[in-house]
Amino acid sequence: MSRADDLARFWASLPIVETLGMRVDIKGDDLTAVLPYQEKLIGNFAIKALHGGAIATFLELAAMAQLYIATDGIAPPRTINVTIDYLRQAHAQDLYARSTITKLGRRVASVRAEAWQAKRDKPVAAIMAHFQIKSLDDLAG
Amino acid sequence: MMDIVKNVPWSKELGFEMTRVEKGHAWGRQPYLDHLVGDPTTGIIHGGVITTMLDTISGMACASALSEVRMIATLDLRLDYMRPATPKRDIIGEAECFHITKSIAFIRAWAYHDSRDKTIAIAQSAFALTSLKRGAPA
Repeated sequence: MSRADDLARFWASLPIVETLGMRVDIKGDDLTAVLPYQEKLIGNFAIKALHGGAIATFLELAAMAQLYIATDGIAPPRTINVTIDYLRQAHAQDLYARSTITKLGRRVASVRAEAWQAKRDKPVAAIMAHFQIKSLDDLAG
Repeated sequence: MMDIVKNVPWSKELGFEMTRVEKGHAWGRQPYLDHLVGDPTTGIIHGGVITTMLDTISGMACASALSEVRMIATLDLRLDYMRPATPKRDIIGEAECFHITKSIAFIRAWAYHDSRDKTIAIAQSAFALTSLKRGAPA
């Protein structure tokens, strides 16, 4: 079974992923996270904007998925810290995210992720996060 | 002011509730719910849920600190984890607006089970304050 199949199967087992209604599109080691628009994601009815917390959750999960596919991890990486920048209002539309692993160490990884809607070069939010990685070695040792 | 959150779909989805608001301060409770688990091997709620709660109560602390009604928007929020949340236990959130300028409010927030002495996570955020009329920076 490929790492992509592995991730898809594992990902479907996370309750928060189902609650959020997100999915991951994987082509080889290339991953795009997709959050289809749903009314439950709204944070402000007056301006029909997605909730910042839903966007942050989506970006953190997107970063974790990217890390999971790049490592031999068998459990979700543990978040050490995360900084989220809210750049533009997120409208009642689908949201996409892509992540870049800036540094992959033995124990800690640094990941950036960016979310956008209509235009890729007009991101609505971005995160920078550090994760603690649990590898097979850690669990064995 | 506490009722605002009841009409927010994503807050409802998470089962979050505001418990107390004072000038520049806000408190809330995030119940432990199975559909919010982020790691099935440990049963721990996903960090995004804590981010959502601390963002929400930080916004409340910000809004309650203002002497006039204005639009507020989170600019950024940094969250540091001190320890994992305990499965099956509710998480309490507390936020405090510690500085405010003409256009920006600075907020600190804590997530814990029992008291701030044993914090699960600490957040610091900045909020942009804009005038209600034109949405332009005041």
